[in-house]
Amino acid sequence: MAALLEVKGLKKYFKSGAGQLHAVDDISFTLDEGKTLGVVGESGCGKTTLGRTVMHLLQPTAGEIHFAGRDISSPNKQELHKIREDMQIIFQDPFSSLNPRMSVSAAIMEPLLLHSKLKKADIRVETRKLMDTVGIARRFENAYPHELDGGRRQRIGIARALALKPKFIVCDEPVSALDVSIQAQIINLMLDLQEEWGLTYMFVTHDLSVVKYISDDIMVMYLGQMVEKAPSDEMFEKPLHPYTKALLSAIPTPSLDDKKERIIMQGEITSPINPKPGCRFMARCQYASKKCEQPQTLEEAAPGHFVSCCRYGELG
Amino acid sequence: MLENTDNILEIKDLVVEYRTDDAVIHAVNGVNLTVKKGETIGLVGETGAGKTTIARSILRILQTPPAKVCGGQIGFQGQDLLAISEREMRKIRGNKIAMIFQDPMTALNPIEKVGAQIAEAIKQHNSITQSEAEHRTGDMLELVGIPRERYNEYPHQFSGGMKQRVVIAMALACNPELLLADEPTTALDVTIQAQVLEMMQELKQKLGTSVILITHDLGVVADSCDTVAVIYAGEIVEYGTADHIFRHLTHPYTIGLFNSLPKLNSTERRLKPIKGLMPDPTNLPAGCTFCERCPDATERCVAQSPEVVEVAPGHLVKCFLAGVKE
Repeated sequence: MAALLEVKGLKKYFKSGAGQLHAVDDISFTLDEGKTLGVVGESGCGKTTLGRTVMHLLQPTAGEIHFAGRDISSPNKQELHKIREDMQIIFQDPFSSLNPRMSVSAAIMEPLLLHSKLKKADIRVETRKLMDTVGIARRFENAYPHELDGGRRQRIGIARALALKPKFIVCDEPVSALDVSIQAQIINLMLDLQEEWGLTYMFVTHDLSVVKYISDDIMVMYLGQMVEKAPSDEMFEKPLHPYTKALLSAIPTPSLDDKKERIIMQGEITSPINPKPGCRFMARCQYASKKCEQPQTLEEAAPGHFVSCCRYGELG
Repeated sequence: MLENTDNILEIKDLVVEYRTDDAVIHAVNGVNLTVKKGETIGLVGETGAGKTTIARSILRILQTPPAKVCGGQIGFQGQDLLAISEREMRKIRGNKIAMIFQDPMTALNPIEKVGAQIAEAIKQHNSITQSEAEHRTGDMLELVGIPRERYNEYPHQFSGGMKQRVVIAMALACNPELLLADEPTTALDVTIQAQVLEMMQELKQKLGTSVILITHDLGVVADSCDTVAVIYAGEIVEYGTADHIFRHLTHPYTIGLFNSLPKLNSTERRLKPIKGLMPDPTNLPAGCTFCERCPDATERCVAQSPEVVEVAPGHLVKCFLAGVKE
């Protein structure tokens, strides 16, 4: 299968009072068509920035982005317009990502009005089709977001993202604000859509059980860097990076029999402003040694399984 | 007032409504709950189920109006908390019963030093000098793993996990007998959540505090709770020891909740959500509140509200089908 998205050495720095904030620092990956890449990490690790930079909602500081065989690293205005059709985003919070003064149909129609050359009447037909696709009843056509619950609002967000028939969707914590019973409805909808439309997802989340469920590959980020990337099952069965191990052990499981040894990390994620050259996880890592002060390189430990830790071999 | 001296809190038939100009929202509809000394009881349920309203009724910090406690009793140390004067309530609130709020980002005063905020709670309930209060605040900070030197810092100088520790230190400052923890880790990352849960566990053992833990995360319940109350549309639909409930899921809603979670070891391609939505709390159905979403609902469920059945000693279920199907 061909790679739909190829990212090389992507960097996004923000200026801050104290120096450069390394939100995304030298990340490379490829994502095949029809697959899902899960991106996990703690708040502040740069996962949302990565998603937004990939689709040019933020201008990358350095690095290359290839999409469907084209180099889109520094697009001009027309190219950017085309990218918007092919790459869409579903936002985290369906309570604040919708315009409160736009009705359901107006919100879903908006991307079509901006991008498609359809006639007004056809746009109405298309809007209704989209509502059917995401499972919003016709009677809500003229309703406003405040009249709807979180699940339905997120369905509107999905309909907006689908309106232009994109190839690739960045899903930025799309179910984090929802209750579990509703969360399951939305995840199933997204899986159905992926099958029917052949969509490629980049699924950004902090919820590790959701990411396991939906992803083909998982990338673990820490302070702007990719510390590990592996096929989903392998990541959960054989995590190599000490951070991944601690992260996985911290998930509370709803079972009494499955009491695992929990690794409690000391401290919290440190500042991403002007980070030191060595391993960024060092301060919280129980295995930190002198070697870790050197810059870490990404190694392929097994086919498709990448890890950035100089001691992963010794730790087993 | 308390019928059993092992119990620290007994809630009986609590009914709370929110009254607005055009509707009455039935938030809590006849909840019965007992908390034993030293136990952690988990209140589990979805947004709007009434979990927070129950906790706030105990402390009498509901915003009134629109909220109104329409009935019931809350027994605590020989008193009915709903009947005593506000003056007496003040002696209990923050002293014998304390609360950890959900969002540590907004629970602290941004323009006051964290140490002073904790010391204020101590001085409110104890007749001690400023320097004694400061000393005890330092001890509390150390208890939750914050160096006492940070007494004079402001909330914005702390990270989310640290702020939650400050909030916990404040709640524990007067050595309460009952702690109400309203989603104490929901706003935190899993790694920090693990730290905070571990710390609460240790503190509970050290101080012997009883805890009501409000959460929507069944993983957190499995991790920390002795007893579980599953709340749906303002009612407790299943109640019992965590051990018994997790091994014998009985109410269709509880079963649905567990089924809709993504499992870490599952190979299935689709989740099993509960269909539909929670009923409108201004217009609750006459029968079982869960009947519209229940896969096993019968005509009886639509017409009549089920009684609570004891399916095993201490395991209560509000469902007609409980005990029948097995």
